[in-house]
Amino acid sequence: MTENHAYVIVKKVKLAESIYLMDIKAPRVAAGCQPGQFIILIVDEKGERIPLTICDYDREQGTVTIVFQALGKSTKQLAELEEGQAVRDFTGPLGQVSELVKMPREELGKKKVLFVAGGVGAAPVYPQVKWMKENGYEADCIIGARSKDLIILENEIGKYAKNVYISTDDGSYGIKGNVNDAIRHLVVEKGEHYDIIVAIGPMIMMKYVCILTKELDIKTIVSMNPIMVDGTGMCGACRLTIGGAVKFACVDGPEFDGHLVNFDEAMKRLSMYKTVEGRKMLKELEGDTHHHKGCECHEELPKNA
Amino acid sequence: MDVLKRVPIKEQNPDERIHNFDEVCLGYTKDEAVLEAGRCIQCKNPRCVQGCPVSIDIPGFINAVVREDIEEAYRIINKYSALPAICGRVCPQETQCEKNCIRGIKGEPVSIGKLERFVADWARENNIKPKAPEKKNGIKVAIIGSGPAGLTCAKEMAERGYDVTVFEALHEPGGVLVYGIPEFRLPKETVVKPEIENLKELGVKIETNVIVGKSVTIDELMDEEGFKAVFIGTGAGLPKFMGIPGENANGVFSANEYLTRSNLMKAFDSNYDTPIITGKRVAVVGGGNVAMDAARTARRLGAEVMIVYRRSEAELPARVEEVHHAKEEGIQFYLLTNPKEILVDDNGWVRGMRCVRMELGEPDSSGRRRPVEVEGSDFDLEVDTVIMAIGTSPNPLIISTTNGLQSNKHGCIVADEATGKTSREGIFAGGDAVTGAATVILAMGAGKAAAAAMDEYLQNK
Ligand SMILES: Cc1cc2nc3c(=O)[nH]c(=O)nc-3n(C[C@H](O)[C@H](O)[C@H](O)COP(=O)(O)OP(=O)(O)OC[C@H]3O[C@@H](n4cnc5c(N)ncnc54)[C@H](O)[C@@H]3O)c2cc1C
Ligand SMILES: Cc1cc2nc3c(=O)[nH]c(=O)nc-3n(C[C@H](O)[C@H](O)[C@H](O)COP(=O)(O)OP(=O)(O)OC[C@H]3O[C@@H](n4cnc5c(N)ncnc54)[C@H](O)[C@@H]3O)c2cc1C
Ligand code: SF4
Ligand code: SF4
Ligand code: FES
Repeated sequence: MTENHAYVIVKKVKLAESIYLMDIKAPRVAAGCQPGQFIILIVDEKGERIPLTICDYDREQGTVTIVFQALGKSTKQLAELEEGQAVRDFTGPLGQVSELVKMPREELGKKKVLFVAGGVGAAPVYPQVKWMKENGYEADCIIGARSKDLIILENEIGKYAKNVYISTDDGSYGIKGNVNDAIRHLVVEKGEHYDIIVAIGPMIMMKYVCILTKELDIKTIVSMNPIMVDGTGMCGACRLTIGGAVKFACVDGPEFDGHLVNFDEAMKRLSMYKTVEGRKMLKELEGDTHHHKGCECHEELPKNA
Repeated sequence: MDVLKRVPIKEQNPDERIHNFDEVCLGYTKDEAVLEAGRCIQCKNPRCVQGCPVSIDIPGFINAVVREDIEEAYRIINKYSALPAICGRVCPQETQCEKNCIRGIKGEPVSIGKLERFVADWARENNIKPKAPEKKNGIKVAIIGSGPAGLTCAKEMAERGYDVTVFEALHEPGGVLVYGIPEFRLPKETVVKPEIENLKELGVKIETNVIVGKSVTIDELMDEEGFKAVFIGTGAGLPKFMGIPGENANGVFSANEYLTRSNLMKAFDSNYDTPIITGKRVAVVGGGNVAMDAARTARRLGAEVMIVYRRSEAELPARVEEVHHAKEEGIQFYLLTNPKEILVDDNGWVRGMRCVRMELGEPDSSGRRRPVEVEGSDFDLEVDTVIMAIGTSPNPLIISTTNGLQSNKHGCIVADEATGKTSREGIFAGGDAVTGAATVILAMGAGKAAAAAMDEYLQNK
């Protein structure tokens, strides 16, 4: 409201098809945030609360960097905003600081860490890799995506990771296959040893990474992105079953021990609003048809006929 | 006119109102209010006042209504209460002021709440504002949370000339008044917002989107941002679940989530982006105001709704008026019934709820008779949505991030009842954060008492 700073977009970059990076002015969030945490923003008066991971921050400039995929109505609307415009609300930092950051330094020094980023998961992985390097630890990183043009933040992560490995489903870049093929390649074929894997990406990817790393007996941390409303522990929308106990991702997480997460339940819960949202989108699209497309149709009909 | 009976109040007809979110109770006209006010016999020793947690001069303001000096009535109420349009609507009057009213012995008590509401609405419509303080002392105080406790404390401190900033975690100020209590009971644009605007008139600053303990800590506010005293009014917002099988299924919600989606995020209005699942047959578990609000919201979204409560009608903790309204709206009551399991289909969605009948046994520590299961009485309710409204507790965030702030075993902040003083010098607390989930007027009373103690502390410092 009136006393708040305007949450102005000071930088906007298109990283790949429908993936955007934005630096947004939010001094209170920038002042205290840490890797692993997230923010919630609202685009406009009628918007919903969108949770997004903090990808980077500049405490002096008072800005926070987010990277997001324009998927549904709200993220598409966000993608339409340009530099100089502002979002209505921006709050955080939310959630717990990354487990690596909280780990006693001596212990972390002895661990060999591999990051596994799937798709936009590269965004939450980036600040962790950067933090590791800046604090004197080495780490490797796998970045995976469907194809080459969807690989993001490779250079940025490359600045801080010891080794970066790429995998693409279609083989257009790096190893052909998914991130699990890349993990297997490193650990099984090349015999690389890792003590901890941090895997962040779509839930289905994290699920399969965890099945593999359980086999390989490597501790795995995942960052969960269930549906959220407030992000402060007030609603329970984000609840997950972790090792048989109910946890709220927004306050207890978003990071959890991947081998304890009930992914099947989490994925079912994530799909909860699919039909509701689908119907809404359909209504909007149909509305469009009546207003613009309908006219286009009339103009084009004679030509095609 | 029969002086034993109240002047009846107009309400939206149940058949109509289940299709909209407009206010159910339409309030008194001036003539009706004056008539009802005339029923008060102006007791020398008014018992009604003893029943009001903030001791409003009830005969005083009612007398001004009789004289048709509504502005004066408003000024009288405003000395005691910062949010009269709200209390007039949501106070459990039947157990407070009106319970004690002398008129209630032979007939119906004076409609104190409805008169209070009338006065506050009239003042708003006629643009009567509280008066801004003449002198400011420039001393900075921070209020954490913008529910009734925080807003009241802010008002009191601003009137004393302090430089007040309210910090609110959500994107709208108001606490439960905006995210919990529905539009049809407490309109946001016309009632809640103007009352909050009145505070700004007094110079109160409100900073939303600040989660104290995450965005900034209380210690930082005091050490780095120059706040000399802090009031914590963060409420009791964490939802409880029952811990029964199936509770994480799709279609099971906390009442907080359901109500937040509908009220704060306005999901009931298709122009807003936040989705809500309406369900065809909805079970709401619980019997308090929260349960009634969730049930009546689901009803308005088009569902067939059942309240499932483990004690009997007499123990329903909700306001009598809300239970009455819920019944009028066709909500079914499964009393002496308790859920045991939520039945889930292959896709992870709710398909029913297994319940057991209860009977009342010996009184428990709360003095209410304890419900016990009737063995072998299990039955299944066919529902596709379940809303849990079985209570809330305070968020541990503030306690875990503020050095030396004591809490009790329920996670409530320990504070002196009369002054709101906590274990930390200069930090005061009140409302649901201290008492656990209670009422709007108790939260306001606590905010007011804390302001007096805070003022004294700062003056003597
Ligand atoms: C802790 C956390 C961190 C996240 N970080 C990122 C990030 O850094 N970059 C990024 O691109 N995305 C991130 N997401 C996911 C992002 O919030 C969703 O993609 C976004 O809310 C989808 O909104 P929409 O309306 O555009 O999409 P729609 O598909 O229209 O959304 C439909 C509904 O489902 C919900 N929803 C759908 N997908 C998700 C999801 N994956 N997570 C949560 N809610 C969802 C939304 O609340 C919405 O109401 C994160 C989610 C969480 C919980
Ligand atoms: C659905 C529902 C219906 C109700 N109906 C009635 C009724 O009819 N009559 C009645 O008398 N009572 C009713 N109550 C109870 C009443 O609303 C509460 O007792 C009252 O609101 C408590 O006031 P409060 O100021 O202590 O806290 P709240 O109103 O809970 O406000 C606390 C505020 O603090 C904010 N906050 C929390 N943590 C932080 C933080 N770390 N930093 C910044 N801000 C923070 C929250 O976001 C919230 O806005 C109802 C409650 C609910 C949920
Ligand atoms: S504040 Fe509540 S209890 Fe007090 S007089 Fe008004 S309605 Fe009655
Ligand atoms: S007890 Fe009833 S009649 Fe007496 S002053 Fe109070 S409201 Fe009036
Ligand atoms: S998002 Fe509401 S409790 Fe986590």
